[in-house]
Amino acid sequence: MTTTTPPPPLAAPGPLTRLRLRTGGTRLGARSPLVRVLVVVICALWSMPTVGLLISSFRHPADISSSGWWTVLAHPFETAQWTVANYAAVLGSQGMANAFLNSLIVTIPATLIPISLAAFAAYAFAWMRFRGRTMLFVVVVGLLVVPLQMTLVPLLRLFLQFDLAGTFVGTWLAHTGFGLPLAIYLLYNYMADLPRELFESAFVDGASHHTAFLRLALPLSFPALAAFAIFQFLWVWNDLLVALVFLGTRSEVGVVTAQLNELVGTRGDSWHLLTAGAFLTMAVPVAVFLLLQRYFVRGLLAGAVKG
Amino acid sequence: MVATAVQGGRPRRPRRSWPGALAALVGLAVLVLVPVAFAWLRDPGGIEAALVGGLDLLGADAAAEALRDRGMTPLSAKAFTAVVAILVGVGGVWAYFLAGDAVLEHVVPSRLRAPLRAWLFVGPAIALVGVFLVFPFVATIWTSIVEDGGFVDNYRFALTDRAMLIAFRNNVLWLVLGTGGSVLIGLVFAGLVDRVKREALAKTFIFLPLAISFVGASVIWRFVYAWRPAGEPQIGIVNAIVTGLGSEPVPWIQTPWLNTFALIAIMVWLQTGFAMVILSAAIKGVPSEVMEAARIDGANERQLFVRVVLPMIRGTVLTVATTIFIAILKVFDIVYVMTGGKFETEVVANRMFSEMFRFRNFGRASALAVVLLVVVVPVMVLNIRRLRTQGFRA
Repeated sequence: MTTTTPPPPLAAPGPLTRLRLRTGGTRLGARSPLVRVLVVVICALWSMPTVGLLISSFRHPADISSSGWWTVLAHPFETAQWTVANYAAVLGSQGMANAFLNSLIVTIPATLIPISLAAFAAYAFAWMRFRGRTMLFVVVVGLLVVPLQMTLVPLLRLFLQFDLAGTFVGTWLAHTGFGLPLAIYLLYNYMADLPRELFESAFVDGASHHTAFLRLALPLSFPALAAFAIFQFLWVWNDLLVALVFLGTRSEVGVVTAQLNELVGTRGDSWHLLTAGAFLTMAVPVAVFLLLQRYFVRGLLAGAVKG
Repeated sequence: MVATAVQGGRPRRPRRSWPGALAALVGLAVLVLVPVAFAWLRDPGGIEAALVGGLDLLGADAAAEALRDRGMTPLSAKAFTAVVAILVGVGGVWAYFLAGDAVLEHVVPSRLRAPLRAWLFVGPAIALVGVFLVFPFVATIWTSIVEDGGFVDNYRFALTDRAMLIAFRNNVLWLVLGTGGSVLIGLVFAGLVDRVKREALAKTFIFLPLAISFVGASVIWRFVYAWRPAGEPQIGIVNAIVTGLGSEPVPWIQTPWLNTFALIAIMVWLQTGFAMVILSAAIKGVPSEVMEAARIDGANERQLFVRVVLPMIRGTVLTVATTIFIAILKVFDIVYVMTGGKFETEVVANRMFSEMFRFRNFGRASALAVVLLVVVVPVMVLNIRRLRTQGFRA
């Protein structure tokens, strides 16, 4: 997922709807202090790298390079040691604000377009019968795990030929193409599990496929649509490979991941810029993730991770 | 005649009425306009030219003149592009379907409607998958055979070159330690977290890195591994601990062998949350009765986990491991950002990028992509076979 992560699924363990996430259960035995300590230690270990980054991004450049970030924990309330100047510098002169805007321009259409296209296709696979249906679906599922590297050389040439290299349009189309197999697969699994009687009675009442899609399938599939939207958003926002190959690093189009990578290359020792820059690139996906965690987890459990 | 009418039941809508024809016309126009709009969006200056034209058309000459003279500020031009893009991109997709539907209803003979409607629904998605995945798939294989030194040379390089042997060695380390580490820690934590009170909160800590990009994670960990010469204050926490224990600071990223392990740790940090969430759900799916029965039979908690729970969730463990395996196989960003493949940290995916983007050896790059593909072929076959046995209604 990572996610961007992400590398896809062996066929799904079960529809999104039936999952119940119980939390706080004690079925694996009694609560013991040892277990609690272990959990706390692992949690602390896992968040330490991010915490160090966050603290450092608010320290003065001279402080960052003369003492470890953990030293502030001894005196966290000395306000003179905190600053937001690093953020101002990285947003302004280092072009991160501009890259941020570019990332939004890339990510929003690259999330919405594949969802729309995949919703129609998934409906057709689930509720229509047409020639070539099985074969096409097999192709889609087969492509779930194909490494992106298989597509780069021919697509780069195609893009150069059609003047799509270095344009937002080309990048939306590329992300759309790469995201579609997972989107179709995920939405198909969900739509095909919707109650058959619902659709049959709608058709008996004279509903067309068009109506059934817009009024039944689409609203009922909201959890699956949300799950895919979050995957695709995180994947596109966090992507570096597609951005480097198809979009490039010019300031007109460079996205935050590319810009941060540039910073590592050109200002590799300016930790005040790197920490603030890294935190800025993370802020949006982490916020989306925390707010919509429920849909994200359901999507993961439905067998959806993408690479 | 009569029989048909009765059988038909509902009164039929009159066809080819004027509003219908109009809808169809609008529909066809939209079908043409969406690709045109996309072509037009390619050019950033196009937005500005169109805006000037629009203002001229509206008679706002002064505004058009001002825009022509000074141009748009980069920010407003960009914001405008974004809005137009979303309108054309997303609006275009929906307009296409509505328009296509109108054309089907009013122009196409009823006998052809059902098959054509199906194609209207799957057509655009399949076309994009064709252009962006199927065509390149075939073209890459072809390129790896005919370009650069040809088939023999490209694959001899891919499979036997010294740099590639290092990459393969590293990829094996990544795949074994990265997959194993993520799954193992994820499994242990899933087992532990099931027994504490604030389970959801604890899980979030482990899960959160999943939302962080590889580039972001690389910067985070560059800081963790930061190295200063001995005697200076260490600002990286790992070297601070190392020197605190009395040893010399270690340049983790520049030291061959150590650095590959240091990079793999980043991947484990990112992927453990994924393993943990899925495995935790699987553990909760083990029936309580089974666990009770084992307890009554005298199993302690560790035996319960290893002998009862683990065998029951074996399938899920395998799925999780496969998914992480594929993610790691394609790992590129971490190596690219941290070392660029230097200091013997090369992996296949990063080398593929260098051959393509830096050296422009498209044949060699394609051969490396094919090598990656070959590794995932068994998973492709498995996915398709599962589809045939369960799930897909033929």
